[in-house]
Amino acid sequence: MKKSFKIISVVLALVLVIGCFAACQKDDKTKEPQKEVLVMATNAEFPPYEYREGDAVTGIDAEIAQLIADKLGMELKIEDVAFESIIPGVQSGKYDFGMAGMTVTEDRLKDVIFSDSYATGVQVVIIKEDSDIASLDDVAGKKIGVQTNTTGDIYATDDYGEENIVRYENGAVAVQALLNGKVDCVVIDNEPAKSYVAANEGLKILETEYMVEDYAICFAKDNTELKDKVNTALNELIDDGSVQKIIDKYIKA
Amino acid sequence: MIPYLMSISAAFAELADDLRFVFIEKDRYQQIITGFFNTLKITAGALLVGVIIGIFIAAVRTSFDKNKESMKLRGGPGYVLLGILNAVCKVYLTVIRGTPVVVQLMIAYFVIFAASDNGVLVGIFAFGINSGAYVAEIFRAGIMSVENGQFEAGRSLGFSYLQTMRYIIVPQMFKAVLPTLCNEFIALLKETSVAGYVGVIDLTKAGNVIAGRTFNYFIPLFAVAIIYLCMVMLLSWGVSRLERRLRKSDR
Repeated sequence: MKKSFKIISVVLALVLVIGCFAACQKDDKTKEPQKEVLVMATNAEFPPYEYREGDAVTGIDAEIAQLIADKLGMELKIEDVAFESIIPGVQSGKYDFGMAGMTVTEDRLKDVIFSDSYATGVQVVIIKEDSDIASLDDVAGKKIGVQTNTTGDIYATDDYGEENIVRYENGAVAVQALLNGKVDCVVIDNEPAKSYVAANEGLKILETEYMVEDYAICFAKDNTELKDKVNTALNELIDDGSVQKIIDKYIKA
Repeated sequence: MIPYLMSISAAFAELADDLRFVFIEKDRYQQIITGFFNTLKITAGALLVGVIIGIFIAAVRTSFDKNKESMKLRGGPGYVLLGILNAVCKVYLTVIRGTPVVVQLMIAYFVIFAASDNGVLVGIFAFGINSGAYVAEIFRAGIMSVENGQFEAGRSLGFSYLQTMRYIIVPQMFKAVLPTLCNEFIALLKETSVAGYVGVIDLTKAGNVIAGRTFNYFIPLFAVAIIYLCMVMLLSWGVSRLERRLRKSDR
């Protein structure tokens, strides 16, 4: 009997102490002013701009966004969604902005507004080492593998015609098709292209770049206020070299 | 009343505008047409391949099940041969029904036909092989569901095993399996929507490509859904007509 009293009193004491701690924490939270949340939409399947490391989204875009949020005194929250859902989500106000290695295009400008450009993406052509494609002119009339709905897909379709484009679900599958000889070349972003060429023997990147594009952050059309704030912060970060530092960290020349 | 009508007409004008932008601009509707015909080609081809494979496998499996006792008694190479064929068919059924069709399609495209760049043909092959497994089991179920007395009657009238099959069992079986077979065809038609994985522009992929270009998901996806629906309705209408014709002899 005595023993059980002891145990019960210890348990009760513990409950009291824990309860006190919990209460203290609550107090702390209310004291500190709540930071406003800035929701960013991205598609974390595009290394090195954004990808998942463990459970968190990281990459060039994620780090730049974090710096911008710090400058604005806001808390950054990253939502990882399908690339196609970014623009509709930003339009509807579900996300404050979209940042996903997104190129400024005419079509996109119909639906959203863009910040200043913070990085440039380069579209290149991967070919087999023994390919007879020596320059961009030779690509005409050849079968071109692309990743569905990427800018590489859109520009190559416009330049070389629908009938020459073979669309795959992702870059790796397109490169596999190139290796099998199902397509003659693959148009894709420079950074993933480098990893694919490094990983597979007998491939090389065509020396002339196919296209240079500007990556920017997109906002809903009526959200010029946030766009201006972000632009100011972004330009400060570009001027003091922080943006370049992040890019250099991920992309080794 | 009038403001209502105006807002409705405004909504229609907007929809017409969207439709024009999504389908007419840059001739994007042509994607849908290409996709429609590719889906049709793959489905029709796979149907044919599937039915041929299905008939063959169902024949092997039921012949073995129905005749193994008598063949075993008689001995000879026939029993062994049919036994081996039966085992091969069983392995085929297990493997094909046990793996997803997308994976089979990718294997066909990147491994088996690595040298072919004709995605539609590879699609016909892959979906046909896949569908064959299901059709085989449907036919087998149909044959097994015909009473054994029908068999015995046929044989006692002097028909051979094959003649009994051809004139007595299969006509009854076909009528019985038609609804299930129609089910399989519908499933096959919709399954071809993963053909986009191997670079084929099928109906689904076409909708996806247009949506990706226009950032309008509502219109292209609904258009694609409606086209699929029409195809399935047409298919089931045809099958139900066939069913009615076959049932005429019932009375």
